[in-house]
Amino acid sequence: MTAYPLPKTDSASDERPRIAFTLNGQAVSVEADPGRRTSELLREDLGLTGTKVGCDAGDCGACTVLLDGQQVCACLTPAARLEGAELVTVEGLAGDPRYAKLQAAFQAGGAVQCGICTPGMLMAAAELLDRNPAPDQAAVEDALGGVLCRCTGYKKIVTSVLAAAASQPVEVESDGGVGQRFTRPDAVAKTEGTAVYGADGAPADALSLRVLRAPHPHAEFRLGNLDGVMLRHPGLVSILTAKDIQGTNGFGIYPDVKDQPVLAEGYVRYRGEAVLALVGTAEAVAAVTWQDIPITWSILPVFDSPAAALGPGAPVFHVKHSKNILIEGLVERGDATAEETADLAVEGAWSTGFVEHAYIEPEAGWARPLSDGGVEVAVTTQTPYMDRDEVALVLGVAPEQVRIRPTVCGGGFGGKLDHSVAPVLGVAAKTLGRAVRCTYSRGESMAATTKRHPAEMTARLTAKDDGTLVSFDFSGDFDTGAYASWGPTVAGRVPVHASGPYRVPRVRAKSRAIYTNNPPAGAFRGFGVPQAALVHEGLMDALAQRLGIDPLELRLKNALRVGDTTPTGQVLEHSVGLVDCLDALKPRWAALRAEADAFNRTAIHERMGLGVACMWYGCGNTALSNPSSMRVALRRDGRVTLYNGAQEIGQGSSIVMQQILAETLGIAAQKIEVTTSDTDLTLDAGKTSASRQTFVSGRATQLAGDALKAQLRRIANAGEDAEVRFHDGAIEVIEPGNRRRIDLAALPAIPGQDGEVAEGVGTFDPPTTSLDAQGQGTAYATYAFGAQIAQLTVDLELGTVQVRRIVAAHDVGRAINPELVEGQIHGGIAQGLGMALMEEYLPGRTENLHDYLIPTVGDMPEIETLLIESPEPLGPFGAKGVGEPALVPTAPAILGAIDDATGVRLTRIPALPHRVLAALKAKQ
Amino acid sequence: MRRTHRPATLDEALDMLAAGDAMPLAGGTDIYPAVAQADAWAEPAPARLGGGDLVDLGGLAALRGIAEREAAYELGAGVTWSELIAAELPSCFEGVKLAAREVGGRQIQNQGTLAGNLCNASPAADGVPALLALDAQVRLQSHGGTRELPLADFITGVRETALRPDEIMTAILVPKLPEAARANFLKLGARRYLVISIAMVSAVVVPTSDGRVEDLRVAVGACSAVAQRLPALEARAVGQPVHSLATLPTAEDFADLTPISDARADADYRREAALVLTRRVLAGFADSSVSEVAA
Repeated sequence: MTAYPLPKTDSASDERPRIAFTLNGQAVSVEADPGRRTSELLREDLGLTGTKVGCDAGDCGACTVLLDGQQVCACLTPAARLEGAELVTVEGLAGDPRYAKLQAAFQAGGAVQCGICTPGMLMAAAELLDRNPAPDQAAVEDALGGVLCRCTGYKKIVTSVLAAAASQPVEVESDGGVGQRFTRPDAVAKTEGTAVYGADGAPADALSLRVLRAPHPHAEFRLGNLDGVMLRHPGLVSILTAKDIQGTNGFGIYPDVKDQPVLAEGYVRYRGEAVLALVGTAEAVAAVTWQDIPITWSILPVFDSPAAALGPGAPVFHVKHSKNILIEGLVERGDATAEETADLAVEGAWSTGFVEHAYIEPEAGWARPLSDGGVEVAVTTQTPYMDRDEVALVLGVAPEQVRIRPTVCGGGFGGKLDHSVAPVLGVAAKTLGRAVRCTYSRGESMAATTKRHPAEMTARLTAKDDGTLVSFDFSGDFDTGAYASWGPTVAGRVPVHASGPYRVPRVRAKSRAIYTNNPPAGAFRGFGVPQAALVHEGLMDALAQRLGIDPLELRLKNALRVGDTTPTGQVLEHSVGLVDCLDALKPRWAALRAEADAFNRTAIHERMGLGVACMWYGCGNTALSNPSSMRVALRRDGRVTLYNGAQEIGQGSSIVMQQILAETLGIAAQKIEVTTSDTDLTLDAGKTSASRQTFVSGRATQLAGDALKAQLRRIANAGEDAEVRFHDGAIEVIEPGNRRRIDLAALPAIPGQDGEVAEGVGTFDPPTTSLDAQGQGTAYATYAFGAQIAQLTVDLELGTVQVRRIVAAHDVGRAINPELVEGQIHGGIAQGLGMALMEEYLPGRTENLHDYLIPTVGDMPEIETLLIESPEPLGPFGAKGVGEPALVPTAPAILGAIDDATGVRLTRIPALPHRVLAALKAKQ
Repeated sequence: MRRTHRPATLDEALDMLAAGDAMPLAGGTDIYPAVAQADAWAEPAPARLGGGDLVDLGGLAALRGIAEREAAYELGAGVTWSELIAAELPSCFEGVKLAAREVGGRQIQNQGTLAGNLCNASPAADGVPALLALDAQVRLQSHGGTRELPLADFITGVRETALRPDEIMTAILVPKLPEAARANFLKLGARRYLVISIAMVSAVVVPTSDGRVEDLRVAVGACSAVAQRLPALEARAVGQPVHSLATLPTAEDFADLTPISDARADADYRREAALVLTRRVLAGFADSSVSEVAA
């Protein structure tokens, strides 16, 4: 670039100008490039990390701050604009009573889940209350419309803002026993901006790491000598390539499938694959472009669909899989092709695309070397133990040499069950002997990390004239992309669930996961079951239409009940609450039907319709051991500590465990201290996946509490039935005619545990069996059930769909904390709605949050939740999971409602307006 | 490395642009995302941002505010969407105000400027159809002088404008219309808030005292490289009753549009949606506000 003269008054000198402004009421003056993003100025230069960065493009609103009283995106605000201005960030809210009441309302109202959008939401709400002290719901939605939330479904955020505006008194705190609403302790830090997420906590001297990614979906490459790059960019410390991996240059979920390189070895299988890693100062790594790197690409033909990858000319992407088929799944019971006992058949084909997790926190973390040759990694994750083992493998060290300290997780939904920054950070920290940090940009988060599997599915359902189901025959191909990730889990889980939560005597369900040149598809809330639910629910609707039976009644007639046998031959003995769910929906179904009929009598270019859909979902891993262990300790001063390795990802599992322990021990939840997951301090509680934490880790927590009580009884020489009472600083053990007080101060300390005098460890592994070649066996220890009604309108001229209302009935066994359960249901509905109507990830085309659309506050329907409690004896106090179940029925209920409104059944999602209109025209 | 300069006066800003490779930064709501997109793929910044420095116009008082002149309203180039929404303006501004409410979320409305929206020249620019329907002009200034261009001549293609590298857009001029003039706007997207439009339509009608059309302007956005007026429809409308305008548009009126197929919608859909939106925009004129004037 040629230099050119500029006026003397400008800032062309290398010296950065000082910018003076008021920050949260304090005068500050800071040197900064005038064009620096205010978000960076706040976070990097001033250390205020409460302002979150989700996209650097004004698409998500996480970085919303108040500039002279107006909400703006800090990521779009040049630092120069701060000169003389008044800036308020989330850290400044607590000092102002107008805003502090918003924080209190968010904490008490269930408005906070992962918390990554919370600062942005609070700032947007703060501007609103300044302008309009008594807003209605529409005004709140207008004010919050620029902030995306991926967890909550927005409902509790809106009601919390309204509650704060009305200065409603915050509810009195409960003692946190099972079944009670209990304000999550982490909501305080999350509303004050002090919670430390993956991008927030790196030491000041940490180097920055930036991955350069393949711009081509399928190519070979040759790297030239990189010394020149280092010379031209003096702030670079290292450029890591595949050669720098000392252990195995491969990671993956399954012990025998480590097929994804940390850094590519001369060949890339998808656009976005990691090629090299720049390490150096933040400025230096940011300044490098591909143009600076000596690399020669040989572009290869692209096979970006299962059909292409299975077809002629496709290369073998992974040598172990000569046909590009990663895995096949099968469940077969009876002869699904023998239809002679059936009176009619319905069939169809469905297709779905990639869905992006779009958590508002991109992947981030930091690592530092340990003196024993290992590393410590702080990372946003759903699976600390798997991260530990994977980083160890990549480094070539023992797992015990790796410590994973999860940060607060800003949303996961399955995406952070995979490895992102941890392996490469581990390599960098160990190789360079320095602390190193990395935060993915939104673009690379979207391009490089896993997605929901696209599916091509066909199925045929037969039945008798009275609606009794006879057989179900399903086949699904799932695009697992360039690498295996959780593809085997999807291929395994789908066939078990493919026929839906119904009595079907004859089932054949086949699945395949197929390698392509697409981004890796992995875990995403439901592991393929949401895709398969489109099929079984679509066919149930089609059958109801053919038979002239009410769709809800048809489902009720065939719903699984206690004593029924599933397609894997498993007899369901307990906790089958689907009939209860449908019964609970019935009155709403009738009322909403009447409403729709009335609407349609007068509407001009709109039609209102209703749909109902059912789901079931096995809690825990499919036919695999998946134990959780928990440890509870009692200190000499009477304090109880729960060492909780179940990774909190915003859903509230840490509070669930606390409440379960409180109920088990008979103490208030507030009295329990919690040490959250850290691979050096907590026991392995498995992954936060498969809706297993409440059920599996919750049971382990209950068992740990029981074990602690048993130890105390032994100390007191009391019998097994003795009651154990916890008092502040003392324990009483009570039997008929015998009341003993344990003097904790007199007990010997547990060696190596600071001040702990008694402990209880609980382990629970839900009983399953492996499945045989026909997929027969006990796939899961328990299943969640649910059903949802969608009421919506379709614009017949534009093909747009507006979901007006969802009524959701879910059998959760026992609602440990109803507020959290509702939060999961609201959030699941939001994601299901997005999947049904707008979300479609297209590699190379929708790699940001303005081309890839997720629902905003304005897209959410009214939601009614009906909690059904059909207790599961294995679960803690009867509880089972709800995280994934909440999402599963939403999309099929919406498609059913579109059909009901218009007579058109969409078989490809998302139902974008142009697709709906095309389908309407095709029908005419 | 790209630098950002912060001129205190318009003259200084023009000096900086005259000096060489630099480009103005207004609200930042397009430039920063473009930089983020390039960074994600380690690409150099897109060519439209140039390789040079940014000149931040945020400090220029001369560009702020809305003023009523004799024949036109003058919107300073620094006017944000929010400022427009809050401004007291005649009812013919209702269309562009509705468009402003549909821009991004409130943050973007507080930061983004109408002038920046025009200079960014996206085919889906939210401000263009409504301003085209208002026959807006833009004022461009450099050390070489000041010129005014019709908006229709200013935007020349996808992200292409008549703005010279040494020029700054300093104002948008909206010619005054009779008090009875009304305006409307509709944007179609796949979600509420934060959405890039699939298609959008704005119209301005000047009614006669007996409720007929004296003048109608209709503009369609996101259905061609540059938003377009519909001259045949506009001509046919003159003399027709305002309350029945919605029946007037036909598919032929949209024949000159050249919509594309992309991730948001396909071309045929866009063309058809433009017709539906136009009918609805015009139907909006049949409501009480117009009949009151007619009465």
